Amino acid sequence: MSIELKNVSKRFGSVAAVNNVSYSVNEGELLALLGPSGGGKTTVLRMIAGLEMPTDGDIYVRGQRVNDLSIQQRNIGFVFQNYALFKNMNVFKNIAFGLKVKKWKRADIKSRVRELLELFGLQELERRYPHQLSGGQRQRVAIARALAPKPGVLLLDEPFGAVDAKIRQELREWLVTLHHELNVTTIFVTHDQEEAMEVSNRIVIFSRGNLEQIGTPREVYEQPANEFVARFIGVMNVLELDVSNGVARLNELEFPSHGLPDGQRLRIGFRPYSVQISSDVTVYRYRAILRHTYFLGVMLRVELELPSGLLIRARMTKEEYAFQGLDDGKEVSFQIRQYRVLAREGDRLAPEVAVTHDVPVALGEGI
Amino acid sequence: MADAPTTDTDTLRRSASRVQSQRGIEEPPLIKWTLIAITLAFSAVFLLLPLVNVFAQAFSKGLAAYWNSLTEPDSWSAIRLTLTVAAISVPLNVLFGVAAAWAIAKFEFRGKSLLTTLIDLPFSVSPVVAGLMFILLFGLQGYFGKWLDAHNLKIIFAVPGIVLATVFVTFPFVARELIPVMQATGSEQEQAALTLGANAWQTFWHVTLPSVKWGLIYGIILCNARAMGEFGAVSVVSGHITGQTDTMPLRVEKLYNDYQGAAAFAVASLLALLALLTLGIKTFLEWRQARAYELAQRPEDHLT
Repeated sequence: MSIELKNVSKRFGSVAAVNNVSYSVNEGELLALLGPSGGGKTTVLRMIAGLEMPTDGDIYVRGQRVNDLSIQQRNIGFVFQNYALFKNMNVFKNIAFGLKVKKWKRADIKSRVRELLELFGLQELERRYPHQLSGGQRQRVAIARALAPKPGVLLLDEPFGAVDAKIRQELREWLVTLHHELNVTTIFVTHDQEEAMEVSNRIVIFSRGNLEQIGTPREVYEQPANEFVARFIGVMNVLELDVSNGVARLNELEFPSHGLPDGQRLRIGFRPYSVQISSDVTVYRYRAILRHTYFLGVMLRVELELPSGLLIRARMTKEEYAFQGLDDGKEVSFQIRQYRVLAREGDRLAPEVAVTHDVPVALGEGI
Repeated sequence: MADAPTTDTDTLRRSASRVQSQRGIEEPPLIKWTLIAITLAFSAVFLLLPLVNVFAQAFSKGLAAYWNSLTEPDSWSAIRLTLTVAAISVPLNVLFGVAAAWAIAKFEFRGKSLLTTLIDLPFSVSPVVAGLMFILLFGLQGYFGKWLDAHNLKIIFAVPGIVLATVFVTFPFVARELIPVMQATGSEQEQAALTLGANAWQTFWHVTLPSVKWGLIYGIILCNARAMGEFGAVSVVSGHITGQTDTMPLRVEKLYNDYQGAAAFAVASLLALLALLTLGIKTFLEWRQARAYELAQRPEDHLT
């Protein structure tokens, strides 16, 4: 086990930035700390590095409790959001800095920096100063600098935040490759769920200082632990239903009451891929107009407008869209194959651990 | 709009046709040239003319007389004292300025805004008042006067008093220059140095200091110029002992009052020369900084 947090909390004055967080990171793992801004993920990262002190709890790095170790003693590579390159030093000196202050021999420094320059494709740039580099180059220098003293752990704070969208995609792939080659335990912070899903082995999801879920990208997507995670990871249709006559309803949509008495409310959610659409209006129970189609590459997202005006997002492949002969403005029929209960009235609609419900045949007519 | 030209569009067209302005609004040429003329005339009368006059008067009795009036023992002693005082007070204020700027730029603490205001105090207090403060503290009638006298320590009417007064009036220069630079730099580079294993001193020496280098040098230059040129505060505490506690500005006054105009102007010209040199270095540094900034603003130019 590479890093372990045990009941770690951090308060700034009366504000709890991190609330009783415990999790562990395996050796060689590539872990994402994901959450909306202000969620406490950067604070967690800074506490591991020693840039912030936890108010409560213990942090272990490779079995050693590091709470009382200084930043320098922790042997951790940290990459800052804006890279924090030394402006007065060129690329070579930036990368060499950590070795110089650790009193490495001159020849060793030279060979280690050369090795990194080559690994990161920066050989041509070693004499350049930070202001003469592009965003992507700066990031590579920052990571090379952090890795130079051979840290046990690499921490990256919003590593893709400061570069434009196109380079960001390249850098993501590059980071995965790099991690594969070096196999250094890596934790990075991001607020972009897509980024976390694509890059990491596992994701830790934070909101308002609390750890909401930890799991593989697939786990957090398919089995979100609660409503926050369900809504934060990927797109979800969320409906609030009123129970009457033993059925939970919103406009024309009907769901089982899940044991709630009449007059109570129920919140459910379903992914766009759970919506099945047919251009034949007689196939499924509900009817809608296809209002808008978003092209996302291989997959398409369509917006359905029900007669009552309710909007629902659905997802399908390009092939199916073409096969069905769908187009904006067309009338379709649809059904919801799978949904999950997010909250019940009894908890004043507070989030609860959700269980997936397949739609009973009685409600999902047709196929 | 072109068919029915109004006064407004006329003005716009006229200014658009002028090369030097991209703006739609511009003052009429009369106002522009009047303002330029006033500025130039004012600078000539109040800045350039006196400066030229100082050198003209200094050399009025020839080069030999000029040299003699500078190397004459009392003037020579004044020159040495001024350089000594600057050599003590400038490093002191550099030390203080860096510490204060560091504290203000990088830490949050109670009374921070009060401290920031307090640093400016020497700018707003008249130098004479500053001198009197030290008399009240260390003079024979002052709070510490008796004690100092009993231990045979001389501060007032001696070199320590002059240094104290100079340190007081030059107090803000370095700190004032550094605070905005340090605030703009932030502390991320230092934190990066720490995570790379650097200790506090290595971080300061290799990261902090180089990043505020130009601001620091600029502050030192201003501080030095004022330290050498200070008259008011030093005049109060010095006691004007010829050959002992006269600095260059005091020496200039004394010579002038003794009707030794040429000698007075000779010493004055040396002070003026130092001031010009300071201005020259300052302009050079500003030019370098502007260039460095410009380069930093367009990184693409340097990419292959």
